[in-house]
Amino acid sequence: MKQQLEAIRADALAAFNAVDSAAALDALRVQYLGKKGELTAVLKQMGKLSAEERPVIGQLANDIRAELEKVLEEKSASIEAQALQQRLVEEKLDVTIPGKAPVIGHKHPMYIALDEIKDIFIGMGFTVLDGPEVEFAELNFDRLNAEEGHPSRDWSDTFYFDEDCRVMLRSQTSPMQVRAMDTMELPIRIIAPGRVYRKDEVDATHSPMFHQVEGMVIDKGVTMADLKGTLNTVVEQLYGKGTKTRFRPHHFPFTEPSCEMDVQCHKCGGVGCPTCKGEGWIELLGAGMIHPRVLEMAGIDPEVYSGWAFGIGLERTAMRRFKIADLRLIFENDIRFLEQF
Amino acid sequence: MNLSRKWLSEFVDITASDKDFAEAMTLSGSKVEVTADLGAEINNVVVGKVLSIVRHENSDHMWVCQVDVGQGEPVQIVTGAQNVKEGDLVPAALHNSTLPGGKKIEKGKLRGEISNGMLCSFLELGLEQRDFPAAFEDGIWILSDDPELKDIKIGQDIREAVGLDDHVVEFEITPNRPDCLSIIGLAREAAATYNVPLTLHAPVVKGGAEGELGELLEIETPDADLVPRYTARMVRNVKIAPSPKWMRERLRAMGVRPINNIVDITNYVMLEYGQPMHAFDYRYVNGGKIIVRRAVEGEELTTLDGNVRKLNGDHLVIADENRAVGLAGIMGGMNSEIVEDTTDVVFESACFDGTCIRKGALALGMRTEASAKFEKGLDPMNTMPAVDRACELVEMLGAGEVMDGVIDILNYVPHISVLKLEPEKINALLGTDLPAQEMRDILTRVGFGVEDDAVAVPSWRGDVLRMADLAEEVARFHGYNNIPSTLMRGQTTMGGYSPAQQLERRLGELCRAFGHDEIITYSFISPTYYDKIRWPQDAARRQSFKILNPLGEDTSIMRTTVLPSMLEILTRNYNYRNKNVKLYEVGRIYLPGGDDGLAVENKVLSLGAYGDDMDFFAMKGVVEAILKDLRVENMEFVPLQDNPSYHPGQYAEVYVGARKIGGLGQIHPIVAQNFGVDAKLFCAELDFEQLLCCKGQDPEYTPLPKFPAVTRDIAVVCGEEITVGALQDCIRRGAKGLLKDVALFDIYRGKGVDEGKKSVAFNLILRADDRSLTAEEADEDVKGILALLESELGAVLR
Repeated sequence: MKQQLEAIRADALAAFNAVDSAAALDALRVQYLGKKGELTAVLKQMGKLSAEERPVIGQLANDIRAELEKVLEEKSASIEAQALQQRLVEEKLDVTIPGKAPVIGHKHPMYIALDEIKDIFIGMGFTVLDGPEVEFAELNFDRLNAEEGHPSRDWSDTFYFDEDCRVMLRSQTSPMQVRAMDTMELPIRIIAPGRVYRKDEVDATHSPMFHQVEGMVIDKGVTMADLKGTLNTVVEQLYGKGTKTRFRPHHFPFTEPSCEMDVQCHKCGGVGCPTCKGEGWIELLGAGMIHPRVLEMAGIDPEVYSGWAFGIGLERTAMRRFKIADLRLIFENDIRFLEQF
Repeated sequence: MNLSRKWLSEFVDITASDKDFAEAMTLSGSKVEVTADLGAEINNVVVGKVLSIVRHENSDHMWVCQVDVGQGEPVQIVTGAQNVKEGDLVPAALHNSTLPGGKKIEKGKLRGEISNGMLCSFLELGLEQRDFPAAFEDGIWILSDDPELKDIKIGQDIREAVGLDDHVVEFEITPNRPDCLSIIGLAREAAATYNVPLTLHAPVVKGGAEGELGELLEIETPDADLVPRYTARMVRNVKIAPSPKWMRERLRAMGVRPINNIVDITNYVMLEYGQPMHAFDYRYVNGGKIIVRRAVEGEELTTLDGNVRKLNGDHLVIADENRAVGLAGIMGGMNSEIVEDTTDVVFESACFDGTCIRKGALALGMRTEASAKFEKGLDPMNTMPAVDRACELVEMLGAGEVMDGVIDILNYVPHISVLKLEPEKINALLGTDLPAQEMRDILTRVGFGVEDDAVAVPSWRGDVLRMADLAEEVARFHGYNNIPSTLMRGQTTMGGYSPAQQLERRLGELCRAFGHDEIITYSFISPTYYDKIRWPQDAARRQSFKILNPLGEDTSIMRTTVLPSMLEILTRNYNYRNKNVKLYEVGRIYLPGGDDGLAVENKVLSLGAYGDDMDFFAMKGVVEAILKDLRVENMEFVPLQDNPSYHPGQYAEVYVGARKIGGLGQIHPIVAQNFGVDAKLFCAELDFEQLLCCKGQDPEYTPLPKFPAVTRDIAVVCGEEITVGALQDCIRRGAKGLLKDVALFDIYRGKGVDEGKKSVAFNLILRADDRSLTAEEADEDVKGILALLESELGAVLR
């Protein structure tokens, strides 16, 4: 019987070794170690053995089973590894073939710039207002201290819907200042982006329709230093920390003092180059402390409250941000342009 | 406004370079556009003396000159001009010199003779005959023939010798500061900027010409409100001649062409004082009477530029007893022009109403330097010093004899505005901590009369009315960039987007996720666009806001639909041969009927596409996906055949209950053709407000199913006229509470299905929330569904 067991062991080991597929190996497992397998068949004859022989043979049978199982396991692992290896080789791809890209749409570059601006101001506690483009001349002009006779009210500059010049296409987002003052509780911190219209023929830098973002703060104790601090923060977020700015006196009917804000030319770093027309600075926006008369007309006491406001041209901001040379591209909407952003 | 730095230096001593000067002035509020060195193009050209001149041996027209150019040894220069003689002083361009127009002069040989440069004409130096009336136009400029150039020296730089050494600074002056449209105004700003003294000059007129002014001239201003002040003086025995070199130089530097002494004086005073002046030939002022009145309707006047102007009651004219002789504040009349034999001159120095002048100039399309000044509102106090300055110059130039006396009509009450200086308020507005004394010093520097807390506003500063205006003056000269930068304090506010703004952002994200590019289209369109999209002539939506003064017909009405805008952009891309185009815009439409005459400005999500992967269902899928993302429930797509812009068989309106959200479909082939597109275009228009209304609530978690679902596929055969929508609706109603989802997976026509019928296959998912369904339960539900399909729609299991 011992010989029988040894023979099974030798046969099985030889068979295991010769095999090279998982299925064949499984068949061998059944053949040798299965319930009806050869080893079991031998062990069934254990009853015929003497009491002395039984534990010895039993021990041997168990050892052989353990050994065969271990070899079987190793063999199985090796076959699996080999199979995997082969699969990996077969599955080799030319990874330089282009991917199957999902088609994703593109945000218009001007709205990319606008969304950046919106997010910055929202982070500073501003709300975003939306207002009418067909607007009263009273709000676009009179309430902003640009009275009858102001040149911007001319028919050559502004689009009107009636002979009395009462209703017009707003020429600036500034009437939103008035609308905010008329409807909102103080203190106010708003921005109001939107379309504005002026009677300019289309060329590389002009369009009869363009976009502005208006901003306004009214509270007790608001100062020009706050205006500078806030706008400097905005510019640093838009153009990077350490961006140099300067403020110049200017004139707008609805702010006093008024200013324009320049950023140092990104191209030449302030030395002067064609981009900044040799000045070293690029005009960014107009701003100022809200004119006391504008506050008064809105029923806000300038002795108690003060505020500041700014207006920034969006097209120019986007054109600078993305180095777009011609304004017409913005409104042309050629997908070869749009899909660059 | 141009500024000659030489002229400026008469009033204020500033030696800064052009660049530094420009920056300092810009930062104090006078924005510099550009600076120019008038002689920049001329280099290495000097005054030379012709020592000898002999014929060129190999030429019958050239001469060989030995020229003393102040460098010890004379240089040899060959010239082809015939007017040079020994002893002449001439402009000599030396070896390696440059002339206007980028011309370079180098030494060379002319027919064998060495020439170390070139002798120049005044034209070659960029000058005109008017600049040097005594010069001989053809040939070399003989400087020594001109008595006005008697002080020049051999070897002297030609720019200095003939007055081309000035620098000009061009300013952009804001409309609130007409006082800065003058040399004196800018000098005042410059003096305040650099904190150096301003030296002004009070004109002194000797007068004494024969006659009594009051007897010769009478002035009437019937429209007093349009003429705050009219000041005039007279000059007799005028000798019209060119003005002197220094005056011509200054005018030229400022971009004004010299004409003759009298005209040049009026221009000179206008530039220096900012007060437009006019000179009339007294001979042509009939009746010795000047009447400043509104023009009579249809009245005609030939202005100095030779154009006949037809006038009306909105124009202000200067007239004599019989006729207009000038357009007040805009341009003089040809009929009273100063000419060669003018002997008696009336100088007008007046202040006219700005709005009246602006409108008049605009209506005639002739904005002049004078009208540009008047329209901003000038200082009436300036007329007197200006007219005196003109008379002083007449005497200085020997151009005539000034009569004593001035006619000065004042139709306004001079008033000095005095403001209270409130340093603490100014500091509070600026966020500064400036001492009161510094504020006083600044205000004094720029011309305000300051006594303790009383600030007298100078007459030329009509823009300064209150504390904030004084604050700006203080800030300007303290320096905007010296004001600190602080962060906002005070009550904090919550920033954020409103629900509508959030929806707009989300719509954008979704459209882009589905491959659509964002576009921006004009709000105004051509009225013919309504024809192009086949709207009937009587369509109510054709009622649009119409711009009365549009740039052109193409941009003359405010759109009441976004469809043509989208089609225009699709067309443009199609014409550019772009393939597979998908676009979107959240655009506004402008409907009549808003508050108090304004528009109702609704937003519309506009989608447009064409390309290989586009069909009705691709567009519908995007719309469905958007609505699903917004958790819009119970949406329904209703076919509609009579939208004229869309394909009658491929258009659906989107409803949520009774609420119409919008529509989508294939653009009608005729509409596509109207836009010139030979391809299938697909569009969708969804009303933004409706989307906002139908948007579902924020999601709440529903427990995941604990029990498995049972799926059943059914295919039913039904008539062609039965829609999938009707079948689905029927399936939902036929189920008995176990049906969780139903999805179409096939539509089949052909073999095995009768003609005029179709087989429609659905995948049903059934599930109970509290137990595992048995096959029998599921089948029971399906049986109910099939029964209803058959009884209601005649659809039978295949």
